[in-house]
Amino acid sequence: MGSLRDIRRRINSVKSTRQITKAMKMVSAAKLRRAQIKMTEARPYARKMEDVLHSLVSGVDRESHPLLAEREASKSLVFVITGDRGLCSSFNTNALKGADRLVTELKGQGKSVLASAVGKKARRHVRKRAFDVANEWEGLSGKVDFTVASEIARTAMSAYIEENVDEVYLVYNEFKSVTLQNVVAKQLLPIEATGSEAGSENMEFLFEPSIHGILDQLLPKYVEVQVFQALLESQAAEEAARMAAMENATQAATDMIGALTLEFNKARQATITAELMDIIGGAEAVKR
Amino acid sequence: MAEKLNLEIVSPDKMVLSEEVDEVVATGSLGQFGVLPGHLAFLTTLDVGELSYRKGGATYYAFVNSGYAEVSSDKVTILAESAEKAEYIDLQRAEEARKRAEDRLSRATSGSETIDEKRAEVALKRSIIRLQVGGKVEHR
Repeated sequence: MGSLRDIRRRINSVKSTRQITKAMKMVSAAKLRRAQIKMTEARPYARKMEDVLHSLVSGVDRESHPLLAEREASKSLVFVITGDRGLCSSFNTNALKGADRLVTELKGQGKSVLASAVGKKARRHVRKRAFDVANEWEGLSGKVDFTVASEIARTAMSAYIEENVDEVYLVYNEFKSVTLQNVVAKQLLPIEATGSEAGSENMEFLFEPSIHGILDQLLPKYVEVQVFQALLESQAAEEAARMAAMENATQAATDMIGALTLEFNKARQATITAELMDIIGGAEAVKR
Repeated sequence: MAEKLNLEIVSPDKMVLSEEVDEVVATGSLGQFGVLPGHLAFLTTLDVGELSYRKGGATYYAFVNSGYAEVSSDKVTILAESAEKAEYIDLQRAEEARKRAEDRLSRATSGSETIDEKRAEVALKRSIIRLQVGGKVEHR
């Protein structure tokens, strides 16, 4: 048991830590709300895009467009998306672990793997693990917009079209709910046959200027939208994770303050008892 | 046959508009086209341009910065790079953008600096159309 003064000092220090974690939680909550709004606003476009693309792709030969054509894959490119900052429990590590798993798997299939990092944490990891690094982005926290997404998407597409890589994956945290984030690895290129077969009555479309003219424009846009969505999801997931981590930290600090206060009171009681014994002992001695 | 058209304009960061309308006129990359309910299904790329739609007796305007239109008998979906309803256009900003683009263009043609002439031209076109569309709202 430490001295009274030591314990008091510790209590104060834990208290100020708690204040910080509390503040960080509030900040994250506000950022999360903003990120969530952005995500929901971006959703209609992505959904419409998928609909349009679906009715388009069902009517064409996959080989007719470079972004659709599947080749024998021997070189893969993996985009790892994390945040720039820590203090968000396992958010970053989960994404990095997911990326490692994917890389090992791809290498196991005899493919050579290139990695691109989005976010400071991803960059550091990718460098340390000595993956072959293709591209890096950072400083995106809180300012994800479509321009950045299309820039990232374009580097991926040009690498794919120039046949520097044969497939492209995205690894990021998916935002499931405020309390749940999920690491996903998603194939970005070649563009997979888009799902939801149901509901497509296979309408005969008229195309202007031509189906290939439209595909040329629409497919790259689709890839950009996919990246944009991934960035927004990751951002929302990061803030959600940080909020939960800070909530836990605040709770832990409160528990600790309780325990320390108890210890403090015990120590104080002990000192008082000792002093009383002294006085009584002294008085008894004088009487005699 | 459908009586009305369901017009939806979406841009990557938000839904700009979703309404029941009677007629839509948009600028395709091959020229303007009009859509009435019951139109044949078709898909086209859009140029930077004006989009107008009629609802009841009134006509409304919006600015669409390139994209795609998917048309079916009762639905028009516009996937735009960016889009604004006429009343939300910031005329002052558009005017500044026009001046900037003109300035760049004149410098580009004089050849004194390396400026992407094509980009400047597109920017100029965009700002001019934005001004046109934005101007329409006041005269209504």
